[in-house]
Amino acid sequence: MSSAPASADLDLVYAIVARLKHDDGPLLPILHALQDALGYVPPDAVRVIASELNLTRAEVHGVVTFYHDFRQTPAGRHVIKLCRAEACQSMGCEALVARAEQQLGISCGHGQTTVDGNVTLEPVYCLGLCATAPAGWVDDRPVGRLTTARLDAILKEIA
Amino acid sequence: MTRRFFIPRDAAALAVGADDVARAIQRAAAIADQPIDVIRTGSRGMLWLEPLVEVEIDGVRHGFGPFEPGEAQALFERGFESHPKSLGPVEDIDYFKRQTRLTFARCGVIDPVSLDAYRATAGYAGLTRALTMTPAAIVEEVTKSGLRGRGGAGFPTGIKWKTVLETTSEQKYIVCNADEGDSGTFADRMLMEGDPFTLIEGMTIAGLAVGATKGFIYVRSEYPHAVATLDTAIGIARRAGLLGTAVAGSSHVFDLEVRMGAGSYVCGEETALLESLEGKRGIVRAKPPLPAHEGLFGRPTVINNVLSLAAVPFILSEGAQAYADFGFGRSRGTTPIQLAGNIKHGGLFETAFGVTLGELVETIGGGTATGRPIKAAQVGGPLGAYFPPSLFDTPFDYEAFAARQGLVGHAGVVVFDDTVDMARQAKFAFEFCAIESCGKCTPCRIGSTRGAETIAKVIAGEEREANLVLVTDLCETMTFGSACALGGLTPYPVMSAIKHFPKDFGHADQRD
Repeated sequence: MSSAPASADLDLVYAIVARLKHDDGPLLPILHALQDALGYVPPDAVRVIASELNLTRAEVHGVVTFYHDFRQTPAGRHVIKLCRAEACQSMGCEALVARAEQQLGISCGHGQTTVDGNVTLEPVYCLGLCATAPAGWVDDRPVGRLTTARLDAILKEIA
Repeated sequence: MTRRFFIPRDAAALAVGADDVARAIQRAAAIADQPIDVIRTGSRGMLWLEPLVEVEIDGVRHGFGPFEPGEAQALFERGFESHPKSLGPVEDIDYFKRQTRLTFARCGVIDPVSLDAYRATAGYAGLTRALTMTPAAIVEEVTKSGLRGRGGAGFPTGIKWKTVLETTSEQKYIVCNADEGDSGTFADRMLMEGDPFTLIEGMTIAGLAVGATKGFIYVRSEYPHAVATLDTAIGIARRAGLLGTAVAGSSHVFDLEVRMGAGSYVCGEETALLESLEGKRGIVRAKPPLPAHEGLFGRPTVINNVLSLAAVPFILSEGAQAYADFGFGRSRGTTPIQLAGNIKHGGLFETAFGVTLGELVETIGGGTATGRPIKAAQVGGPLGAYFPPSLFDTPFDYEAFAARQGLVGHAGVVVFDDTVDMARQAKFAFEFCAIESCGKCTPCRIGSTRGAETIAKVIAGEEREANLVLVTDLCETMTFGSACALGGLTPYPVMSAIKHFPKDFGHADQRD
């Protein structure tokens, strides 16, 4: 993950676009590849993608902003996603969300990152882990049957 | 003798520590100097027992779970039968024994990315038969089976295929809708992670049936394990000549590609999904034209749910009648029901249609996990109705649920105990719709926000009666005026909550 000036990454943007532009419907794969490599979709990249795919910048911007996954700024070093959908609600996810918000001092509502850039806390609506609720995702691993004790342990681990 | 161990690699098992358990067992076996072979499988679907370790003893697989890493050593020291987590033969567990596993026959049993294991369990028998049939005969077989779309709408799959078969386009597509966004559902995920070749085979048969040469599986980004497993399996199928320019040595061409969504619930709606695959915002299209006439990139497209396509290999190999023999009324075959939320025995339960909701949540599911009384069960995801225990005699059947203003949907059941506040659930239904609305139609885009605000006023005790009349009126507008199921069905959870749980919508000082 990089927070370097986006222009430094432009070569990478061109390389990703060149690799995928001839696929059918290449825009989502390009945005995913870019976000995998850089951690977000820099504003400069939108201009490049638009011109390479013969789209308007508005069209590309429209796609980037439509999908919850695509970030326009880098996330924190760690990302915690807590499921707030019905199955997890039935097992008390809202209490966990409140606890995480309070311990990290940020809001889960639309996703926020701690001031030190360490943790991003985001809501998610269903991870398909509904029989092992409450569930979440910590960086690249799924977590289920969350309790306050397990949440505290996770927060301590990544602090 | 090398003893065989089976440990799931399903995301739900991983979420409760299956990898740690696998490592602990390897270590304990090494210390005990006993040679073992660990095979990673999908999940059997008894998710309250995960991580569920299986050990092959005299040819029978015995279960141990929910297993903790610290319990590994005892397996090798004290013998298997006396282990505190011993469950006996896995297939004798009541929850498992009561099921009819057709679509999920291999899930949790075999190594999901072993083509040999797939073939050894009748895999590719359906395709082999399909290759001897005319396209029209394959479509006829699927029609006769009575298979209806498992995504939620229940549209007859054979009719959809027939429409695409009858078009004359040079390029047609098969699209698999694996954007399983409904809370309380995980059957698609389990199948893709636990038996991906079934889906690949089903899509290949669909391609032969309608004359499509290319397929896409659109998987939600919340399912990275499913994406990885599918990619691996597709690579294996290609190298084995089961996908590509000569499918199983025939003159048929068919290839597959996995595409990942990007966190949008509405992309589970088929036309929004097609827009997304084309690289656009997931905005719902007006119908007609139907996707069967003008679908992906304007070409005729079969778009089916994972479970519909995964049912096809069985129908082809065993015959339409064998599938249709299971079921109830016009709902034929089996459906993988998912028991989720606050339930003691949560998991996947594949059974013929007709089982009642009460049997599912009380007998099979064992009541709530918290041990408190059940207050409500939401069936069919965030757009499904909340049913009180007085309606638990409803049989699992598309028509029976529709007759009670509910829907089977993708067959997910979320159980709530008596601490749930149904007014808040109604408010959440509107809020979720507002978050996920694509914005194309006004009833959904604006109605969802106004609905959440109005329920908030009811909760605050502000002009309760008048505001409930307003909500009812708004729900009617959304039902009849929305472009797709998101706005059109959000009234289901809202109105069912108001109708069946009126106390929760009482004045603030009178509420339970």
